[in-house]
Amino acid sequence: MIESFFNLEIIAASWPIVRAGLLNTALLSLLVVPLGLFGGLILALLASVKHPAIRWLLMAWVDFFRAFPPLVLLILLFAGLPFAGLELGGFVCVAIAFFLNTGAYYGEILRAGIDSIPSGQIEAARSTGLSRLQAMTYVVLPQAVRNVLPDLLSNTLEVVKLTALGSVVAVPELLYQARQAQSLTYNATPIVVAAVIYFVMLWPVVRLLSRLENRAFAGR
Amino acid sequence: MSGWERFADTFLNTKVMLRYLPDILSGVVVTIELALLVVVTGIAAGLTLALLRSLGVRPLNWLIVVVVDLFRSLPPLVVIVLIYFGLPSVNISPSGFVSTWLSLAFVLMAFSEEIFWAGITSVARGQWEAARSTGLSFGQTLMSVVLPQAVRLTIPPLTNRTIAIIKGTALGTVVAVTEILGQASSAMSNSYNPSPLMMGAAAYIVLFFPVVVAARWVETRLAWKR
Repeated sequence: MIESFFNLEIIAASWPIVRAGLLNTALLSLLVVPLGLFGGLILALLASVKHPAIRWLLMAWVDFFRAFPPLVLLILLFAGLPFAGLELGGFVCVAIAFFLNTGAYYGEILRAGIDSIPSGQIEAARSTGLSRLQAMTYVVLPQAVRNVLPDLLSNTLEVVKLTALGSVVAVPELLYQARQAQSLTYNATPIVVAAVIYFVMLWPVVRLLSRLENRAFAGR
Repeated sequence: MSGWERFADTFLNTKVMLRYLPDILSGVVVTIELALLVVVTGIAAGLTLALLRSLGVRPLNWLIVVVVDLFRSLPPLVVIVLIYFGLPSVNISPSGFVSTWLSLAFVLMAFSEEIFWAGITSVARGQWEAARSTGLSFGQTLMSVVLPQAVRLTIPPLTNRTIAIIKGTALGTVVAVTEILGQASSAMSNSYNPSPLMMGAAAYIVLFFPVVVAARWVETRLAWKR
């Protein structure tokens, strides 16, 4: 058991490969989290234009991506688009898929945050001479973000976990590298190491979230 | 051929679609089976853990928290790969279907336990004490006083989380489960045509979109009554 899951020799031998994966997972997360937030911000700002047609369209857009598995989206971009003469590479496909998928989730959260700010505040801000954009940027958004911080954090955790999908389209992130090391060494230890790394990286966030969520429930 | 015709011939090729429709449909059946299994076992296990935790046995609670935290921190795909490629080295070889089912059920168990537990603790202590002082037993208090209130609070986050996790059935394709995405991918490589993939994508929408809309409806219904 120890030999096949916690083999020290294998850990030492495969560490350079796994380490490169860890680095790429970190870089990938640093790219896709802001990208998703940006996509979400666009959606949330569009939703603040209270036009029924726009609202309906946005709801359909968000529900579409809530219903569509991110892996299917990724495969569609990676394996489908080349038939249209567009070969994007795994990395770019991951970026686009995350922009669309996690953008929809972030958008829904930010929209709820903006809705939680009473419209009187916007009116007050506008009456002091701020433009719509200024009122949004300086008055509404800072409070909106604070109100939905636990949800934003929870979604960010999911986004970081989702980067493991990159392994399916040969992006050399942590899981991909671990599987490479596994097939080189015929030993499952590298995958266990990857799992331990994910756990060590994300456990503090899970603990924090758990506290925030309990407090939010108790506060009701 | 005009641009649209060429596009349709590549991505919506009727001949290819008709040929692989049975495959996609069998994939739909596998996806539904997998999703139902995950939902039933995952939520049952999560509720069981939350109820065990309410007994307040210290060492047991620590164990529950660690297991829950573990499956909340690990990406589901990592759990699937770990079970499918890892366990054979100790002479247990679960199929791709079983690996995917177990992994997603563990993940749903973890998230639903956390949600149920938050729901249980949201019911004020005074209510427990009041119910017990009227002569209700621990079990009766839990079933008739605490859970009815807790469940209402838990439904919206639970449906959202459940949808996100059953979408993960598509991950089964990595370990050769013949669900929708797996069938669509192999049909695509057999026919050198992406039309089966488009069909697969459409199947996911047909399958999950109504669930998302229903969840939204339930969410607003519960929000009014709170």
